[in-house]
Amino acid sequence: MTDQIETEPQAAQPADRTPRWYLQGEQTAPVMVLSGIWKARAGNIPVFPKDGLKKAPGAHLSFQTSDLQVWDTGLVAFLWDLKRVAHDAGVSLDMRTLPGPMRQLLELLPEVPDEPVHHKTARTSFLETVGNHAVASMTEVGVVSELGALTAKGAVLTLLGRSRMRMVDLLANTADAGPYALLIVGIVNFLIGAILAFVGAVELQKFAAGIYVASLVGIAMVREMAAVMTAIIMAGRTGGAYAARISTMQGNEEIDALNVFGIPTSTYLILPAVLSLIITMPFLYLYGCLIGMLGGFVVAISMLDITAAGYFHQTITAFHIGQFIFGFTKSLVFGAFIGLTSCRIGLKAGRSAADVGIAATRAVVVGIVGVIAIDAIFAVIADVLGI
Amino acid sequence: MPDQTVLSLRDVTLSFGPKVIQKNISLDVRKGSIFAVMGGSGCGKSTLLKSMIGLLRPSAGEYHVGDENYWAGSEAHRTDLNHRFGVLFQSGALWSSMTVGENIALPLQMFTDLKPDVIRRLVELKLGFVGMLQAIDLYPSEISGGMRKRAGLARALALDPDILFFDEPSAGLDPITSARLDDLILNLRDGLGATIVIVSHELPSLFHIADDGIFLDARTKTPIAHGSPRSLRDNCTDPQVHAFMHRERDEEGNT
Repeated sequence: MTDQIETEPQAAQPADRTPRWYLQGEQTAPVMVLSGIWKARAGNIPVFPKDGLKKAPGAHLSFQTSDLQVWDTGLVAFLWDLKRVAHDAGVSLDMRTLPGPMRQLLELLPEVPDEPVHHKTARTSFLETVGNHAVASMTEVGVVSELGALTAKGAVLTLLGRSRMRMVDLLANTADAGPYALLIVGIVNFLIGAILAFVGAVELQKFAAGIYVASLVGIAMVREMAAVMTAIIMAGRTGGAYAARISTMQGNEEIDALNVFGIPTSTYLILPAVLSLIITMPFLYLYGCLIGMLGGFVVAISMLDITAAGYFHQTITAFHIGQFIFGFTKSLVFGAFIGLTSCRIGLKAGRSAADVGIAATRAVVVGIVGVIAIDAIFAVIADVLGI
Repeated sequence: MPDQTVLSLRDVTLSFGPKVIQKNISLDVRKGSIFAVMGGSGCGKSTLLKSMIGLLRPSAGEYHVGDENYWAGSEAHRTDLNHRFGVLFQSGALWSSMTVGENIALPLQMFTDLKPDVIRRLVELKLGFVGMLQAIDLYPSEISGGMRKRAGLARALALDPDILFFDEPSAGLDPITSARLDDLILNLRDGLGATIVIVSHELPSLFHIADDGIFLDARTKTPIAHGSPRSLRDNCTDPQVHAFMHRERDEEGNT
């Protein structure tokens, strides 16, 4: 019986629900007998072994499905295994012996499946990674500077009336970055002023110098806190929104449409965004200063034995106009920085839903870290200049 | 039972707030048929499909899936019924953060207890049906629009649904790919024994595959014809349906 194919022990009773298969008949004309219930969801679909068919070029395999009870794509998965093994073994399948639907599904499936395309994950050395990152970040600085220059050029052209920035966009952006931000900027700066006053009052009271709480709050708000806190809020609120909006436009091919029309993204998208932040940030800074001092005032009056007039007088004598200009300048730079980087991150983003999230997150992180880093640079400059 | 009704709508009105999209829709979808929802742009074809897959509750009327009243039951009941549905959205609607393979595996992971290797095998099978096996590890952003559609079809088949809904399956595809998709749909219908509801205005494909249908009118906001696209083309006397089926300009010029 050498030319007889071994058959599996046969135990298929009519009531047997498990999917079973066995081969019978001669090697040149084997018959695949299928029985039982073949449901993919049951999770018990057998795999046809890779060596299940001996090499027998020209052999002809037919099917016997009379004992088959219920089947779905699970059976087709098994038959696909068989189809591939049969192809390798040079055995042809007699598709006519399969029921019509099964045959139609099986015919859709390739005998030799295409190899899945894999992502090439080339391993890079540590040094190479560092180098790549360094080059990438230098490039990024260059790109952002170029974008800034283009935007500035767009602004000049707009002023000369030779380029078109839509005033509607500027107004909408300004409203969003200005009036609508007042509440959150107010709350945060009020609390910062109050916290400063509180911390100062506890210590200064020991030296009976409670009145200097006014100077502490005034100088801290004007020089640092109002500008930095406002910028951080705007980075989270407006910068994230810009990045998300522009990356969504990227996904909808809106940016491509602008490019095809020759409408420069720098004037149409970035200029209103940056300009609105440059316009609103100084106002928000002044507003933040005042509200912060008010916060300090409320805490100082309620905790310490000082008069309102005394606090007011101490505040206005505490700092000179140079410190105001210093904070004011910083807020302008922060505004431009947040506007430019968030637009750049939006433009650079990919086109999927996940990329929008990544762009928004990155804009906020870069905005906050960048604002604090720029503030540190300003501190060094101020120290050198003696402001 | 060749004439068993799988889906039936009775006097359904669809509206967004006060704005009525379509009213008095009644239709029966027979088991194993390919049912076409036809009509000009903006007539509410996609809205009807949305309602049939449970995304929009009709403001009036009844919707039966098999013997069950779809909107009468609880949300959980609707979710169970939805597992009989497979939906191919207009642009594929693949989840962009996952590879094509993961997209198809997700419903299997969520709603079955199958082991990962079994799931992988089924995912390969579904991708094999649509001829996309090579893209199993690619992200949706890395494949073309036509491939995305086929991958969306594979995902619609993930849970072996017996009712498939296709929203504009051949829109944006070249004629050859579109014809191949038609054959694929026919093969899947015959092979899986599924019932298919298809929203389309791709006439050649409608004539080729659909064997029943409904024609929605944007002006009167009601269905104006029932029947297979072929019989509507040959027999329907309504001027608007006639114009649609023969690609003529509407004489009144206000569609």
